Amino acid sequence: MLIDWFTVAAQVINFLILVWLLKRFLYKPILDAIDEREKRIAAELADADAKKAEAKAERDEFQHKNETFEQQRATLLEQAVDAAKAERQRLLDEARQAADALSAKRMEALDKDSHNLSQAIRGRTQEEVFAIARKTLADLASASLEERMAEVFTRRLRELDEQAKDTLGQSLKTAAEPALVRSAFDLPEAQRAAIQNALNETFSADIAIRFETAPELVGGIELGTNGQKLAWSIVEYLTSLENGVEELLKAQSRPEAEPKPKPEPPKPEATNS
Amino acid sequence: MRLSPDAMIFWQVGFLKLNATIVFTWGLMLVLAVGAKLITRKLSTDLNRSRWQNLLEIVVTAIEKQIEEVGLSQPRKYLGFLGTLFLFVAVSALFTVFPGFEPPTGSLSTTTALALCVLVAVPLFGIEGRGVGGYLKSYMEPTVIMLPFNLISEVSRTLALAVRLFGNMMSGAMIIGILLSITPFVFPIVMTLLGLLTGMVQAYIFFILATVYIAAATQIRKPEPTS
Repeated sequence: MLIDWFTVAAQVINFLILVWLLKRFLYKPILDAIDEREKRIAAELADADAKKAEAKAERDEFQHKNETFEQQRATLLEQAVDAAKAERQRLLDEARQAADALSAKRMEALDKDSHNLSQAIRGRTQEEVFAIARKTLADLASASLEERMAEVFTRRLRELDEQAKDTLGQSLKTAAEPALVRSAFDLPEAQRAAIQNALNETFSADIAIRFETAPELVGGIELGTNGQKLAWSIVEYLTSLENGVEELLKAQSRPEAEPKPKPEPPKPEATNS
Repeated sequence: MRLSPDAMIFWQVGFLKLNATIVFTWGLMLVLAVGAKLITRKLSTDLNRSRWQNLLEIVVTAIEKQIEEVGLSQPRKYLGFLGTLFLFVAVSALFTVFPGFEPPTGSLSTTTALALCVLVAVPLFGIEGRGVGGYLKSYMEPTVIMLPFNLISEVSRTLALAVRLFGNMMSGAMIIGILLSITPFVFPIVMTLLGLLTGMVQAYIFFILATVYIAAATQIRKPEPTS
């Protein structure tokens, strides 16, 4: 008989023991290890997914921020461009204003220069004229210039036309205060007497006069009373010359195509004002 | 001529005896248990693990997958019994490469013991899966007339399990023994290789048949026809 029943029983027991042993030492630990690893891998995968999702969220956020930043940058750039344009316009305006101001200032300076020049020319001319006249008169006559002036004055007094003579005479006679004779320098007694005589003769009355020195006349004599004036002085000639010179300067400051007007020669004149 | 290692008796007192079958079985149990204990002593749960651990994982997961493929939805419940069946038969076949080793499965007593275990395990798992009534009812399917045939099939398949394994293993050892006396060199090695292959195939057949029987007993709908 091939079957030994004792052996069968022993093998059954042996097999059951082996089942228990292998369950205890093989299947359980191995399966536990596998489960553990799978759990771990699943956890890691989940973690990776979570990180991926997080990264995606961060990327989206970053993109969004980037877009916002781009927009802001564009806006800022636009604003900056506008501001730069405005600033440029402002600077240009300022520069134009400054240029205008400078030009006005230069114009003013030019005017001032021309004024100063005309002043200088005037003073110089007066001096020159006076010197030339004095020299000429001194050369021409034995009498001094002052004498000649007094003579001229008295002659003019006498040569006044009737209407002017009447008006002046009326004024002289009715004046409460003595008539004022102004001259550039102190008149000698002889001239004072001559002027007194000439007045007396001209207006046929005893005219009270008072002499006064007025250097601003440069040279000449002026009779003033009660708003009436009879005068001959170098100032008038000079004023005439000055007008001529001013016209000349004005002509120079204008476009040069215009021909320069020549100053008018001075004219002696008696004015009633 | 010795047909079974049962005949090699080391020690006997009356009814009790210690034959080669039992001794080699103990040896196998020792190797399996100690080996498993040594390897699983330092199991790693991360991605780096030892080669032995890899080997055991492959074996265990392969068995688990096979059980699942046959149709048992909870393979871990049956892994202890079915996996041990396969491992015991496979390792005893594998150890035939060691000279002097007599595979315990070459003893009809051992194969009968294993077949009896299957015979008992099938109704136990069946009752656990379907309840007593449900399981007993499966003997009367499709009709009551089939009851005796089902019972006969239950017994005959157990017998077939035992005899098939015994025949294959015994014949393998027998052929090698005969060949050794005829052509002592080279040719027995080839036959040993063939014997290894047969042993592995037999282990797989024994294991898969037991699995199929249990699956048939535990499945509520469409019980598979048993062989």
